[in-house]
Amino acid sequence: MAKKGDWVRIHRVVLDAAGRAPSCPEDTAKVPLEMWVKGFLMADAEIGDEVEVETATNRIEHGTLIEVNPYYTHSYGQFVPELVQIDKQLREILFGGDK
Amino acid sequence: MALAKDYASVMGRNNEIMKEAMGLDYNQFESGEMRFDYEGLMAATGYTLEEIQRVQSLTGVGNTPMLELRNLTALARKYAKPGFGATILAKDEASNPSGSFKARRAACAVAHAKKMGYKGVMAATSGNYGAAVASQAAMQGLKCIIVQECFDSKGVGQPEIIEKARKCEAYGAEVVQLTVGPELFYTFLSILEDTGYFNASLYSPYGIAGVETLGYEIAMQCREKYGKDPAMVVCTSAGGGMMTGTARGLMKAGANNTKCVAASIDLTGLHMASDTAFNKKSCTTGHTGFGVPYAVDPDHSDVPRSAARPLRYMERYVTVKQGDVMYITEALANLEGIERGPAGNTALAAAFSLAQELPDTEYIVISETEYTGAGKHVQPQMAFARENGIEIKFGDPNAEDIPGTNLILPKDPSFIKTIDMDLDHMRESFIKKACKKANNYDPCEADLEFLAVETNSSVEFVKAAIAKLK
Repeated sequence: MAKKGDWVRIHRVVLDAAGRAPSCPEDTAKVPLEMWVKGFLMADAEIGDEVEVETATNRIEHGTLIEVNPYYTHSYGQFVPELVQIDKQLREILFGGDK
Repeated sequence: MALAKDYASVMGRNNEIMKEAMGLDYNQFESGEMRFDYEGLMAATGYTLEEIQRVQSLTGVGNTPMLELRNLTALARKYAKPGFGATILAKDEASNPSGSFKARRAACAVAHAKKMGYKGVMAATSGNYGAAVASQAAMQGLKCIIVQECFDSKGVGQPEIIEKARKCEAYGAEVVQLTVGPELFYTFLSILEDTGYFNASLYSPYGIAGVETLGYEIAMQCREKYGKDPAMVVCTSAGGGMMTGTARGLMKAGANNTKCVAASIDLTGLHMASDTAFNKKSCTTGHTGFGVPYAVDPDHSDVPRSAARPLRYMERYVTVKQGDVMYITEALANLEGIERGPAGNTALAAAFSLAQELPDTEYIVISETEYTGAGKHVQPQMAFARENGIEIKFGDPNAEDIPGTNLILPKDPSFIKTIDMDLDHMRESFIKKACKKANNYDPCEADLEFLAVETNSSVEFVKAAIAKLK
């Protein structure tokens, strides 16, 4: 249950596939244009409910409630072994490694 | 009565919405079938170079350090013939408040919006410009909405773009995120219409005038430190604003012998608006998917006439591969002790190769660096590539690279080699598009002259190009 005033993320289909721009490439034209926005929930609701939010610029947006207290999950990624090989190679070329 | 908000209706109101959102009537600059008064548009900002310097300095923008990349220069010289290998310099634009040179463009646009009495600013951008507008809006006390193209239809977001969203939100902006597609502009227009905010377009004259200080500083700092102008300035090229503004600034400083070179990552074959190709690219900026279309047809942006017209200024346009940029990013951290993002490192990969063409008494400048961080660091970019089925290996990027299929890291630095694009072919393409748009293959003398200036060519060249079309 999300409370009125909670910071949430909502999702909405802005254009269904049929309403998309004529200039869309073939693959993109087959899928809808979707949108995600964050804001303060205007009334108590459950995940999956159609809700309204007030955004950071005080706009009222509507959509499906998908996340309460949304947070970032992007990171520095999995280890990429090639990077330490580059480091080693550069040091050897420029400084002769440990020699 | 509520206005219809379907795609065709909103796009049909484009001109009225833009006029309201920019406080500038672009019609006043139109003078012929093809030509318009570009310098008149630039002058309409009403800001001189000095005034822009003042506006930027109010928010700590500009006057960034020029760093000499000594170890990368030494490395480049190992692969150059004796007496060659220009000193590589980097304009450290990452030290602007929002972490990139885009702060210069945003500072002017937001200051102008404030002066005009707008309550808020908007920009349609998935890149550093969003963060720059958000940062300036915070400093100057305006509201800010950034519209991003961020996800594919499976809801998978480009890590680099998600990081930009985080940065915008950190500055208090509202971020509207969309799936991939050309309707980014439609959504942007629709919200612009509802809010009455200022369109802080990257392509407005304010946005471009803001970059002129960068070119000016490059010339001045190079003269002060080394007693001469740089032989070459390399600009990472996407929308063309960096190239245009930097070249104009260099000219204002009188650096007339400095060669302006545009550089992009070669992503030939990956459609920019394709849902399936969206997450097949490993970095999202400075690539040919934007660089080429904006050079040959600048007026398809979010303003009626773009102030970014790179073909007027570039003397060469070179490409590098994604793997070159990843490699040089790692080299910059390891050999120079500075971690920076991919935007400037596209120019750096190119400069590493171009420096080897120049005598070791010359200087080559990359016009920007950008901040790096989670999502846009070289490691998450390569990890993301691997997650999306892109093969990563060492090899010869120019022989093996296939955008969207693999990412070829140069097997040693000698394999970082720029490839020159055919500028005359791009000029012809520009002329063809201009004729097609005006539906006129027999332009008047004034339009011929305009096309010659637009393509940095001659009336003879334009005539010959049109003759080929008939």
